[in-house]
Amino acid sequence: MSTPILDILWIIPLLPLLGAATNGLFGKKWPNKIVNTVALSATGLSFAAALEAVREFFEQGQKLVHKEFFDWIVAGSFRAGFDLQMDQLTVIMVLVVTGVGFLIHIYSTGYMSHEGGYYRFFSYLNLFMFFMLILVLAANYVLLFVGWEGVGLASYLLIGFYFLKKSASDAGKKAFIVNRIGDFGFMLGMFLLFKTFGTLDFTELFAKAAPWSHESWGVFGTFTVACLLLFTGACGKSAQLPLYVWLPDAMEGPTPVSALIHAATMVTAGVYVVARSHILFTHSETALIVVGTVGCATAFFAATIGLVQTDIKKVLAYSTVSQLGYMFLGCGVGAFSAGIFHLMTHAFFKALLFLAAGSVIHAMGGEQNMLHMGGLSKKIKVTYWTMLIATLAIAGFPPLAGFFSKDAILGEAFQREGGWHSLYVVGLLTALLTSFYMFRLIFLTFHGKQRYDEHHVHVHESPWSMLGPLVILALLSIIGGWLAAPSFWGGEDHFTAFLAPVFGAGHAEGEAALSEAAAHSLELTLAIVAVAAAALGWATAFWLYLRQPGKPAEIAKSLKPIYNTLYNKYYVDEAYGAAIVKPLLAISTNVLWKVVDVAMIDGTVNGIATGATATGHVTRRTQSGNTRSYAVWVVVGALTILIIVFWPAIRALAGGAQ
Amino acid sequence: MVPTHYYLILSAILFGLGAVAFVFKRNIITIFMSIELMLNAVNLAFVAFSQAFGKVEGQVFVLFVIVVAAAEAAVGLGIIILIQRNRQSLNIEKVNLLKL
Amino acid sequence: MNPALLIFWVLAGLAVLGALSLVWQRHPIHSALSLIVVMVCLAGLYLLMGAEFVAMVQIIVYGGAIMVLFLFVIMLLNAGEEEHTDFSKLAKFAGLPLALALTASLAALAYKQDASVPTPTQAFIPGATRQISSMLFKEFVYPFELTSFLILVAIMGALVLAQREKK
Repeated sequence: MSTPILDILWIIPLLPLLGAATNGLFGKKWPNKIVNTVALSATGLSFAAALEAVREFFEQGQKLVHKEFFDWIVAGSFRAGFDLQMDQLTVIMVLVVTGVGFLIHIYSTGYMSHEGGYYRFFSYLNLFMFFMLILVLAANYVLLFVGWEGVGLASYLLIGFYFLKKSASDAGKKAFIVNRIGDFGFMLGMFLLFKTFGTLDFTELFAKAAPWSHESWGVFGTFTVACLLLFTGACGKSAQLPLYVWLPDAMEGPTPVSALIHAATMVTAGVYVVARSHILFTHSETALIVVGTVGCATAFFAATIGLVQTDIKKVLAYSTVSQLGYMFLGCGVGAFSAGIFHLMTHAFFKALLFLAAGSVIHAMGGEQNMLHMGGLSKKIKVTYWTMLIATLAIAGFPPLAGFFSKDAILGEAFQREGGWHSLYVVGLLTALLTSFYMFRLIFLTFHGKQRYDEHHVHVHESPWSMLGPLVILALLSIIGGWLAAPSFWGGEDHFTAFLAPVFGAGHAEGEAALSEAAAHSLELTLAIVAVAAAALGWATAFWLYLRQPGKPAEIAKSLKPIYNTLYNKYYVDEAYGAAIVKPLLAISTNVLWKVVDVAMIDGTVNGIATGATATGHVTRRTQSGNTRSYAVWVVVGALTILIIVFWPAIRALAGGAQ
Repeated sequence: MVPTHYYLILSAILFGLGAVAFVFKRNIITIFMSIELMLNAVNLAFVAFSQAFGKVEGQVFVLFVIVVAAAEAAVGLGIIILIQRNRQSLNIEKVNLLKL
Repeated sequence: MNPALLIFWVLAGLAVLGALSLVWQRHPIHSALSLIVVMVCLAGLYLLMGAEFVAMVQIIVYGGAIMVLFLFVIMLLNAGEEEHTDFSKLAKFAGLPLALALTASLAALAYKQDASVPTPTQAFIPGATRQISSMLFKEFVYPFELTSFLILVAIMGALVLAQREKK
């Protein structure tokens, strides 16, 4: 059968690249309408192409599609080409990236319409789409790394979009530098994989790796080390402990950027890599445990910080870090398809949350502090209802999307034998905290008394270019979870079945064999516990912020040290500054600059020049301008040649004379 | 018959004396004459070898040397006249405009 | 001692004395006359070795033309006694030792190379002049013609150099 789009799979990333180039090179003089058209058509056509490619994929029987387009690196027996592939996992990722990306592009036309540098924004946004698509379509680690680095670059450009503001440009630099640390680990992981297996192509690598023996806990063999290194990169890109510090600062960028990059797509790249490398991870028990533990710890840690933040975007930022922790928890217990499922549903409701927050900020004329909001629910109805739907989704209330995905992860975590119950408990606790702080956000922003001055702030609803995507995403948040309804609801887990060719059966390792009825009742119990936790969170927030609005301040005062620690993000940034940044700067200034660069390198170079000058001064003496000394030099020269030519005779003479 | 090396040693002594005068004298014309002395010493060596080997090429070469010396003397003395005109002195140490 | 050797010692001694006089004399005219003495002695030595043609050419060209030219120039330029300037330190201190070293090394080499130089079988080469002329016009005709060209160039050069400036 003919697969026209699958044959030119590169068209999917190419269209945004063309859009970026066009807008970047020519957009400065164009009116907003033309910039819009270029950017939206680039992304829209890319989305259409992605849909068509997926349709063809299904039509040809869901077989893995691996296309090699041109040779990029050929060195000896190593080949890394511009190869793109499509399998079930790619289908999910590419649809999420292009679909949600397209919606956010539409939103941005409304949100950024009054901002300067309009063409630059869309150029960078399209550039980001290009790199992200390269990342998800890549068929080998090298090309994936190109996309990996590229999204880091786009993130830097977009976070520092308001580059005249120092905090924004600093945040951009911070993001890039912290990511770099992760990237270093990623590269080392790639090198180790190359050294061990001789190839970095996914299909080949995984085929070679599959028959190797598993490494149990505590054994630091090849798989463990490589996976831990890859996970370091994932920690950097997906903002896990300890490399999460850039994500809250990244809120300096415009809100659509936060929605697209730091909620729906870029930060999920780390989860994607772990899921894609699942064969490698399942060979190493240590790596899986580390992934799961770090994910769970990050989820809890970030949730605690989010409890007391007052900036609406910062709350959402920490929420993102927390939810990413959930995804890694899912991968860590071996439930890769559950992790990817949560990735997909999170993309929907987190993007919706950010876009709605942007709508609120737009309505409030730029105000971001929740303490200065309140009582907006009647005034900006569409924003309120879509944001409420997203909050219900993230808190995990059925039948919205978040319930199914979070439940899948927690269920798999519970079913593992051994110490995984601790992870389940922490995960459940985090779910409670998530529900609490999200509803806190809703109540502070939309309910209660009006805490702003109406004369200064004219609250108005956003244009439909912004509201349209909100509604679509709300719809997806509602129905998105129905793909993987747990069995006791009578539905099949379509999602896991769909990803089965990639991940295998998708159940956690070491799962005890439960009978079907027992499995059903366990699922039902866990679901009820999860919903109960979410409801408890909602109730606490309701009581604290609506019934007793003065209570939170009292609690904060009485628990002042704890409150301050949480409010100041556990002072992590300050700790990094003192422990890492300051010594590094000191070494750079005093050792590398003053000693190595100035004294040694400059000294050597200048020394050579001075030496040449000095030699010149000395040899200048021969050219004295005095003819008599030249005459002497002539005689000296004659004598020298004589001695050189007649050296054996001279030696004989001397020998004979003695 | 005179042994050949007598001529050669004489040639060496004359050449050396020419070199001494070349270095020591300050009058340009005298220096030039010392050069002629050195050339003559070389001529003597050539003729000595020509007699020793019994071949006549040595003497042919001497003729060429004399011709070249003549041409060189002509042009050189012309230059010396010009120097005298320009520097008003025949002291070679006065010809030092290239001195730093 | 055979007469040839005697004549050699006389002529050689005179030549060396003439050269020494050239070095020592203060006035260039005396140096020129000493040089003439050296040249005549050398011509005598050439005759002793049987190179008559070379001896004649030496006297006629060297003694009769070149040295006369020198004398003319000395008289034209009114060269006086030498001044005592000493701008070159190098020449003052290193000149004499080096030149003497040159002399000594050459002399020593000449003395020691005695073995490789064959003993002359005859006192002089018979028919040397005829051989020289035939060589000049057969093997060495090209350099011979070039020397005439060289002399032409030298004449032109000397003419140009010694012109009076056009007022």
